[in-house]
Amino acid sequence: MRYLCLLVGEADMDGPVPGTPEFMQMLSDYQSATQAMATAGVLVDSGPLQPASAATTIRVRGGEPLVTDGPFAELKELIGGYYVLDCADLDEALRWTATIPAARFGCIEIRPLMVMPGSG
Amino acid sequence: MSAQVEQVFRQEWGRAVAVLTRLTGDLALAEDAVQEAFTLAVDRWTGGPLPSDPAGWLIVVAKNHAVDRIRRESRRPAKEEAAARLLGERDPPQPPGPIADDRLRLIFACCHPALDPGTRIALTLRTLCGLTTGQIAKVFLVSEATMAQRLVRGKRKIRDAAIPFRVPDDRDLPGRLGGVLRVVYLVFTEGHRPGAGPGVVAGELCDEAIRLARLLADLCCGEPEVLGLLALLLLTDARRPARTGPGGRLVLLADQDRNRWDHAKMSEGSRLLDQAMRLRRPGPYQLQAAIAACHAAAADTSDTDWAQIAALYAALASHEPTPVVHANRAVAVAMAEGPAAGLAILDGVDEGGHIEGWHLLHACRADLLRRLGRTAEAASAYRAALALDPPRAEREFLVRRLSETGG
Repeated sequence: MRYLCLLVGEADMDGPVPGTPEFMQMLSDYQSATQAMATAGVLVDSGPLQPASAATTIRVRGGEPLVTDGPFAELKELIGGYYVLDCADLDEALRWTATIPAARFGCIEIRPLMVMPGSG
Repeated sequence: MSAQVEQVFRQEWGRAVAVLTRLTGDLALAEDAVQEAFTLAVDRWTGGPLPSDPAGWLIVVAKNHAVDRIRRESRRPAKEEAAARLLGERDPPQPPGPIADDRLRLIFACCHPALDPGTRIALTLRTLCGLTTGQIAKVFLVSEATMAQRLVRGKRKIRDAAIPFRVPDDRDLPGRLGGVLRVVYLVFTEGHRPGAGPGVVAGELCDEAIRLARLLADLCCGEPEVLGLLALLLLTDARRPARTGPGGRLVLLADQDRNRWDHAKMSEGSRLLDQAMRLRRPGPYQLQAAIAACHAAAADTSDTDWAQIAALYAALASHEPTPVVHANRAVAVAMAEGPAAGLAILDGVDEGGHIEGWHLLHACRADLLRRLGRTAEAASAYRAALALDPPRAEREFLVRRLSETGG
């Protein structure tokens, strides 16, 4: 089962400030968590996201593309990155996501990818 | 349904659903197949003799239903494979050990923290206890349609998020076991709550909770809190026959006819508690069981070791610092040292005013004030409790006390 894990910053929780030793520690925690997932063979993909201000939204209506600036919805919480994990079950996904620093400084939504008929 | 068939149903439902879930990997399918097997069984067995191995018969029939369903619903190779695998299972019914393990796997899935807490209880009652959707809806005071939808959503989440049918490994077990015990405890308190639903369902919930706790205790006998929970449920349930008087009136512990207590349950509970305490890892269920055991050991309230009970509540408060626990401690202290000492604790419980709306807080205050002879204050506390719309049985008791204080 593949899971999309969205790293969400919560408005009322401040993470470490860039340039501080705590920030460096967080980066190294990210690195070691990601490395451990890769070694265990559960990591499909991962990466940080640019801020929502860099987002563009497209809708196609009546065959015409409508492009707007910004994310599709203004949320208090900001999605800052993602992991795609391939795990045996939810318990395994929970164990790995708990090692991602974003779980301490915000939260992580774990969303199973839909298994399409015929895909195995 | 005849009593005999009903009994088989109660005993074998959870086992059959658990086995079918293991075989098919699909809880919803397993439940439907077992339901069909039971429907067939009611027709076949009513008025006739039961097969020599009713459980084995049910599992075989349910398995055939599941295979039919899989074949009918899909031409997909994966499904065909599942059907073939099921058909290939020509082994005789599983021995008791692994079957019991299937139920344990199932309860860990139904009580998974990724499910909404109310859904955990509902799913457990449905899949392991075999309560109907209608009965569960009554427990939760919602319509049958609402409950049906909640159950479907829960099963869908288990399937779509791949919540495993597995006993968690040692790393996760302590935390997850706590969640399972909580569900069993809540099933019991729901049945034990005065004025809970229609009497039949309420009593049944207590029985089902004890059945689940027994199952857990059989399988995790090295876990003191599991034994503690079973002990607590037995010691509490033993008082059930004495708890209601004529017309469903609530009889308080102090006024209960202790000859009506179930002494077999009492001694089994005490024995389990001893066994748990020998493992030397105390916890909230063992402490609550120990409190219940203190009551069980006493001939009446004056013979009760209230100082010991107060000390146990103080220990419980370090695990669960809730207003309810502090209020109970206040009552025990009042019994041990007098109402004034109890009242002092009780007045400290709600400093933030968070539980102003909790009727039992006012009922406790009222009782202590009454015993201190402060009748006017007692009467106003009884009125405050009544204003919060307590359950019927408690309401009647409070009204009686209020009239005694001249209110």
